[in-house]
Parts: sequence; C-alpha cells; structure tokens
Amino acid sequence: MVALVLIGINHKTAPVELRECLAFAPQETVEALQELSRGPAVREALLYSTCNRVELLMAAEDREGAVAAGRRLLAARNRMPQELLEKSLYVHENDEAVRHLFRVASSLDSLVVGEPQILGQIKEAYRQALRARSSGVILNRLMHRAFFVAKRVRTETGIGGHAVSVSYAAVELGRKIFGSLEGRRVLLIGAGEMAELAVEHLIRQRVAGILVANRTYENGLDLARRFNGRALRFEDLPQALAEADIILSSTGAPGFVLTREQVRPVLRSRRHRPLFFIDIAVPRDIDPEINRLENAYVYDIDDLKGIVEENLEDRLKEAVKGERIIDEAVIRFRQWLEGLEVVPTIVALHRKLEAIGEQELKRTALARRWGEQDVEAARRMLAAFINKTLHEPTVFLKQQGHRPEQTFSVDFVRKLFRLDE
Amino acid sequence: MEEILIAGIFLYLGSAAAYLVFFLLQRPLLQRVGMFALIAGFLLHTVYLAAAGFRQGHFPASNLRETLLFAAWAVAGAFFFVRARYGVKILGLFAAPLIAFVLLAGALLPDPPAQTTRLFQSLWLMAHVTAIFLGEAAFALACGVGILYLVQEKAIKTKKTRYVFRRLPSLELLDAAGYGCIVVGFALMTLGLITGLVYARAVWGRFWTWDPKEVWSGVSWLYYAALLHGRLRSGWRGRRSAWWAIVGFAVLLFTFLGVNFLWEGHHREFTR
Repeated sequence: MVALVLIGINHKTAPVELRECLAFAPQETVEALQELSRGPAVREALLYSTCNRVELLMAAEDREGAVAAGRRLLAARNRMPQELLEKSLYVHENDEAVRHLFRVASSLDSLVVGEPQILGQIKEAYRQALRARSSGVILNRLMHRAFFVAKRVRTETGIGGHAVSVSYAAVELGRKIFGSLEGRRVLLIGAGEMAELAVEHLIRQRVAGILVANRTYENGLDLARRFNGRALRFEDLPQALAEADIILSSTGAPGFVLTREQVRPVLRSRRHRPLFFIDIAVPRDIDPEINRLENAYVYDIDDLKGIVEENLEDRLKEAVKGERIIDEAVIRFRQWLEGLEVVPTIVALHRKLEAIGEQELKRTALARRWGEQDVEAARRMLAAFINKTLHEPTVFLKQQGHRPEQTFSVDFVRKLFRLDE
Repeated sequence: MEEILIAGIFLYLGSAAAYLVFFLLQRPLLQRVGMFALIAGFLLHTVYLAAAGFRQGHFPASNLRETLLFAAWAVAGAFFFVRARYGVKILGLFAAPLIAFVLLAGALLPDPPAQTTRLFQSLWLMAHVTAIFLGEAAFALACGVGILYLVQEKAIKTKKTRYVFRRLPSLELLDAAGYGCIVVGFALMTLGLITGLVYARAVWGRFWTWDPKEVWSGVSWLYYAALLHGRLRSGWRGRRSAWWAIVGFAVLLFTFLGVNFLWEGHHREFTR
C-alpha cells in the first residue's frame, strides 16, 4: 500500500535562522521535486516553503526510503548545525500527514491562526509540483481535497474574522465609526513604526489625505513626503483638528499632547462630525477625558491590544470547529486511498456486475415464466460470464505491480464503473 | 378573509424570530429568511387591506382596529424603504416585532360593523390618512435606528468590541439612516397635515378648529421641524439626534393614541 509521508519544520519547532536557510525559491522547488521523483523511493512529491515553514509531502511505497530521501534533501541545504535540523524536524505519516496538510492549508497551524495567505502559498506549491510533474493521482486528489477543506473551514467558521493586529484593529474601529474610511483625513502626530504601519493601512482604505505634525518640522516633512501628505508645525495642531477625522498619535512626549479643553471647541466648529483618536504612545499623548466628549472616541494602545487579544481568543474558539471539519475530511480521504488497492477494486467490480446480472435475470425469468431449474442454470451461466470477462482486467491490474501506473489504472477503473458511489 | 390576516401575523412573527436569531448567531441565511417572511407577510397584509376596502366601499381606517392594521402596514412599507435605501438589515430586529405587535393588537380588537359614511370616500381624506401614517411609520423607524445608534455608540465608547459592536452597522450609517427617516417622515407629515386642513375646510368649513388631535399634530410637527433645524443649522447629529428621534416617537404615540382617550374631538370616532 502507498504511504503518505510529510516531513518538515515550522515556526513552532525551528528558529527563524534555520527556516531561512532551508527556504526554497520557486525554481529551486521545481528542481528539487524533479530530483526527488527521479529516485526510486518517492513516487509523488510536493514541497512548500513559506517564511514560517518548509514542508515536503511525499507518496511512496518505500516509507523509510522516502523519509531518508527527504532528510537528505533538507540536510543538503542546511548551513546550520545538523543536529539543530534533526531536532526541529517532524515526520507525519498517512492520516497524520493528511491531517497536518489540511490544518496547514486551513490556516489552523499558522502563527496567526486564520491568516489568509497560506492557502495561496499552498496552491502555488501545487502548481510547481505540476510543473515538475511530481504530483500524480494521489497528490492531485489530496491537494484538491485540501483546497476544498480550507475553503469550508474559512466559510463555515469565524476563523478569519476580526482584526488580530493593532493597526488593523484601529482600521476596523474607524470603519465602525465612519462607515467607509474613504475621503476621511488622517493626522499623524509624531512618528514610529506602528503608527506608520497604521497610516499605510489607512491609505489602503483610500483616506483623502495625510497631515503630519512633528516636533522637528524637517522630520515631519520627510514623513509627509513618504505618505504623499502635508507637514504642519506642531503649534498648529489645534487648527489641524478641524480638518482631520482620524488622529494617530505616537510621540515621545511625557505629558498629553492634546487635552479635553483643546478638543471641545473644535468639535463645535466641525459641526460635530466625529473625531477618532488612536493613541499608540506610551506614556499617552491623548487625554482620555476626550473620550467623554460627544462624537469623540479615544482608543489607546492598551485598548487596541485588548481588542486584538479578544479577537485572537475568538479565533482559537472557532478553530476547534475547523478541527472537526478536518477530522471528517481525513477519514474520507483514507477511505478513498484504501479503495485504490487492487484486490478491493476487483471485488467491487465483481459485485457491481453480479448485481446488474441478478437484476436482469429476475426480470427475464418473470417475463418468460422460467422455472426454478432454468433460473439456476442461467445464474451459473452469468457467473461464468462475469468471471471470464473480468479475467483479463484482473490480470492487467495485478501485472502492473505496485507502480504509479497501477494506482492510475485502479483509479481509472473505479471512475469508469463508478465504484465509489 | 380572516385566515389571510392570521397567516400574515404568523409570517411577521416568524420574521421577527428569524431576525432575532440572526442577530444572535450571525448566519446570513437567517437574515434572508427574515426578509422573505416579512415580504410574504406584507403581501398578504396588502391583500387583506385592499379586500376590506373594497368590501366596505371606503378607506379602511374608520375605527381603532382598522387604524392599527393600516399603521402596521405603513411601518412595513417604511422598513422596505430604509432597507433598500440604506441597507440597514438589522433594523428588521426592531421593525418586524413592531409590525407583528401592532397588527396582532389590531386583529384582537372587535370589528364593529362599519357604517359607510361619505366622510371616508373623499380622495383628500385618503391622501391625508396615507401620508400621515407613512410619515409616522418613518418616524417610528427613526426611533428604532436611534436606539441601534445609542447601543452601538455605547459599545464603542466603553470599548466593548466583542458583541453588539460586531453585529450592528457603523455609527455613520445609522446616523444617516435616522436622518433620512426624519426627512421623509417630515415631508409626509407636512403633506398629511396640509391635505387634512383642506379636507377639514371642505367638511366643516374651517381649516383649523383647535381640536386636540390637531393641536398635538401641530406640536409633533414643530418638534420634528426643530430637530431638522438643529441638524441643518448647528450640525446636531449622533447621540443628540438619536435621542430626539426616540423622544419624538413618544410624542407621536401620544398624539396617535393618548389624545383619543383623553379628549373628545373629531378624530375620536375613527380611533375608538
């Protein structure tokens, strides 16, 4: 029987340095797959390599041979100590390999559970395997099941719902306040990695413009140029509030940069259009009392982190539902794989023909009013006919031995006679 | 005939249940079921009202029962407008139970034999009643949207983003939908009052008779005029606007029901 083997490392078992040096570029993947399938041990193979994992999936008669070939392939690229690789490497077989693949494709095994990129990366890996001609009957079926399961998990559970990063949580909040962010103006006070990331998220939501206020005007000018915005002097902040809708603050100031007394009159002059303050500075820049003004909303970094934590928790809860979908799919795949064996297929073929023969026999016997003896004779005739008819196909299937062609033929016969239904 | 009305009530109740479960479980299918049941109920409801009108030979709003049946119909119509114009699906959570309740209350009232009066055959009167009821239905939904706004606003202010935050639409959309309801409601109410005045002049020979219903209708009209003025002049929006819509609906309810029970007047006979 064909075994499925998965061997690899991921973000849970290996440090980033090791993952980096094992990573495969697309062309390298194709070459590695071609080399693997030239060897005797491996029948079909597929390899995916992302920043969080490098995994090699193989279908093979010779289980140990395949694992050894896989190890050799990874060890050859490794520039870190080999025992580190040995320690980080995991091997899954059959059901466990299938389950692992389904979990990876459904993003249940991701660093950020539910992140959507992984499925695209697996699809790309499958295309490379097709290019290398290293994917056959078994992996073709397995990969299509994996795509199907991943889609089901995504649509039937809330695994991909709600922001799990601080900057995206801010965008989600903005959407609940303003509806669409399109056409809103953003005021960036100060600078910093997280603030700039959030501004980039906001720009992707097609905000109307970016204003940048920095204590050092020149730095502000640089940032404004980067975001295609406008720099203003720090002293002009109160006036800028009349223009902006979303205020992102991230300065190193020891006290509040904006106070309730400064904001209150502004709300009146902007005809109470809402103001959304995102304060990612520590210590805080925005007076939390501003949140008590009507149509002004203040979220600080702890609030945003709290939201992200809750959303992550909810994703993990949803992931449990995803595991159940996967359990079911693993069993279904095993049933299909077992059916690929020659003997059960021949038995199923016999049963199918016998059932058809019996049905036709009954019909004729009834119409012709055959006696008990006639029916028995006809039944013996049918059995002999079926045995002789199936003799050649049986020999053909068995002769192919345990080779890829046999799997292909068995699969074909099962499809031709609809034996799986 | 009564079977149609009962079927309609059950469809509205089913719709209310579907919207409630949709709110809790967030399954898009349930929202569609709720909307579909509401449309089906509305069609039966329309057939029933049309048949009643034909049978009696006049507009079916001559007693409290008929008035309530028509009011429920107007709320359903207004809901379809808000749903189509602003896409506030979850408003069904407010509208469907309201429609079902008003319709049920009306259906449970006795149906006194209708005396066909010439009063109810006038086109002016039909225009008056239709415009007033549709306008009040729009104000009712403005109240519903206002409640949703306050709930969502509270969730955002108190930083509870796990429950209603995810289930209700954005503040901007709720505010815009509420404002839309007020504008439409105000226009219809103005139209209803004008046709009412013209009709009063034709029947009683005077535009204005200081009838309590007239006075309170005037008060409601002025109230909503003040709300619109505040919005256009000083940019009242958000919480303030939502509260005004909610209180306004209470004033309307009083005008609609309270006045009839407290005072005599020439609207009394239609709504008892």
